[in-house]
Amino acid sequence: MSLALDAFTVAAVAAGACFFLAGTAGLLRFPDPLSRLHALTKADNLGLGLIVLGLLPQADGVLAGAKLIAVWGLAQLAGTAVTQLLARAARRGEGPA
Amino acid sequence: MSAGFVLDAVVAALLVAVATGAIAARTAFAAVVAFVAYGLVLALAWVRLAAVDVALTEAAVGALTGVLLLAAAARLRPSEAAAESELPSAGLRAAAALLCAVVAAGLAAVVLAAAEPAPTLAPLAAQQLPATDLGNPVTAALLAWRAIDTLLEKVVLLAGLLGVWSLAPDRLWGGRPGAALRARGAAPRDGALGLLARLLPPIGIVVGVYLVWTAADHPGGAFQGSTILAAMWVLARMAGFVDAPAVSDRRLRAALVAGPLAFFAVGLLGFAWADGFLAYPDGWAKPLIVAIEVPMTISVAATLALLLAGPPARGPESRG
Repeated sequence: MSLALDAFTVAAVAAGACFFLAGTAGLLRFPDPLSRLHALTKADNLGLGLIVLGLLPQADGVLAGAKLIAVWGLAQLAGTAVTQLLARAARRGEGPA
Repeated sequence: MSAGFVLDAVVAALLVAVATGAIAARTAFAAVVAFVAYGLVLALAWVRLAAVDVALTEAAVGALTGVLLLAAAARLRPSEAAAESELPSAGLRAAAALLCAVVAAGLAAVVLAAAEPAPTLAPLAAQQLPATDLGNPVTAALLAWRAIDTLLEKVVLLAGLLGVWSLAPDRLWGGRPGAALRARGAAPRDGALGLLARLLPPIGIVVGVYLVWTAADHPGGAFQGSTILAAMWVLARMAGFVDAPAVSDRRLRAALVAGPLAFFAVGLLGFAWADGFLAYPDGWAKPLIVAIEVPMTISVAATLALLLAGPPARGPESRG
């Protein structure tokens, strides 16, 4: 059982890391601000989500697991809002593009 | 080679890379972005060194200075090209580089040649910890053994705010800091910022207060908690839910000085009931530290929030 959970952790965290890698590649390679933001949100939402999901079996009790989920939820909230604000600024042509 | 060593090596390499990036950056904006990233990696390095209190402080200070530096970079942008063309002479730059290299080499020599084992007060501190009723030795060091440092640090913060305020033109003195973020009577911002400013502060306020309270036994502290509380206020202000108070507001000024005043009061009472300035009587250390930390949290949060708001930019209320 423990082996299966460990394997699940490795698989989920590795998948999450892949999303971070893809998001970073997109951030560096995509041509315009909106596409780059699109790449970043994948790292935030899916990458962090998969890593948290993978770490849940390793969490020290229900409370620690709830904290991990709370971290993901807060990152979602902040990331989504900030992406919207950046996208709006980019469309208005503000800031260094 | 353990996984921990690999992680440490990656963090150390990242630190050097991001620091180099901050120095080598072409524009002030890029330098600030690299500096903020440097702060984040540095916080991670402190966690790896098991200094969670320092990591929390670094993250808090990094976020704060990041915002201040970004604002400064935005202000400097129009004049940046002109400043760029006035590069100092090659000789001066070489001298500066040499001086920096000497300082870095000196620091490296001191760190690498440290006595083994390094001289430390840690066992003494751990032995005296029960006398303070605190579980977190960092808090004990900050508020019992080295309380004078902490007290002076808070006074310096206040002096910094006075420095910012003194940039206001005479006619605006006593007015509200920063530009009005929405017209009088207009609705607060909707959309993403409005949503975030509605959802996040209730969580942030709980986390901020928790960080202050838990510092007695776990990593945390008044400064770290205050930073989060100040950030929540800044968020609500950006979305137009609250406005900055006029700097002549008496309640605001009372909030700004409450912490240092409480600290001084407890410190001076030390002459009467213990061995001298900032000494706590036996068995009273913890309640007195709480009595200092609570007003201190309010003062530091108000100071940080107003530091971000900037100098008064609108006239006092009476003159509109």
